Amino acid sequence: MPIAYIQRTRERYAEYPPYKWAVNTDAPWAPLTKPLKECRLALLSSGGFYVEGQEPFGEHDVSYRLIPMDTPVANLRIYHHGYRDADADRDPNCVLPLDRLRELAAAGVLGGLADSVVSFVMTYSPRRDLERGPTIAAELRRMQVDAALCVPV
Amino acid sequence: MSSAWDLTFAVRPPRAVFLNFPLNHETGKANDPALQRRILLDAFRAFETFWAPGQILTLPYVWDPADRSWEDTDFGPGVELYGVGTPIQGGFAERTLGRAGRARA
Repeated sequence: MPIAYIQRTRERYAEYPPYKWAVNTDAPWAPLTKPLKECRLALLSSGGFYVEGQEPFGEHDVSYRLIPMDTPVANLRIYHHGYRDADADRDPNCVLPLDRLRELAAAGVLGGLADSVVSFVMTYSPRRDLERGPTIAAELRRMQVDAALCVPV
Repeated sequence: MSSAWDLTFAVRPPRAVFLNFPLNHETGKANDPALQRRILLDAFRAFETFWAPGQILTLPYVWDPADRSWEDTDFGPGVELYGVGTPIQGGFAERTLGRAGRARA
């Protein structure tokens, strides 16, 4: 059965003011206009990944990193406020399926992949997160993708 | 991708795929490329089969068929959520990947 994360978060952080969860009653809709095997797919991650040599993330950081899609996973680094990253450490593909997506694109399941993964970290601030959204959307338009796979941690 | 059904239902993204695994494994188990591949192929079905915003596809995979007790306790009070080594709840920290590999070397 799915875990009641909202309830468990209330219990876990009972001494803090209650977190105000985003509740939306509607969602935008963009129909896919062609088969997936003809689509360029983007990958978005909130896992704090960056490439060796890039600037790591910091606290309250609304920036994002572009990780070239051909980056070997061994060159990935990770910087985040905290999640259980022991398995991501052993194999980033459990939250950042770079190798799998490259294989599926090569196999023709996808038409192609975006030039880069878009990677960011959580900020504890819905307002700041919302400010970041349009800049990432612009990045996706620039990369001319048809669809995006979002993998939160 | 989502492993938190209630949060995803509240946020209502246009298309969601739910995998009932512990958080931080939203595209599968580590070092199980066959499972990761199946999860992605299933998730891709959402792109071509969803016909209205807000639908959630639930994938059938079970984290551990022999032991589902994690569902009763995970993320609850006292459960460590901050990874291997020193808890970093107090602030950001660099969590360089490849620690396990170096420890083995």
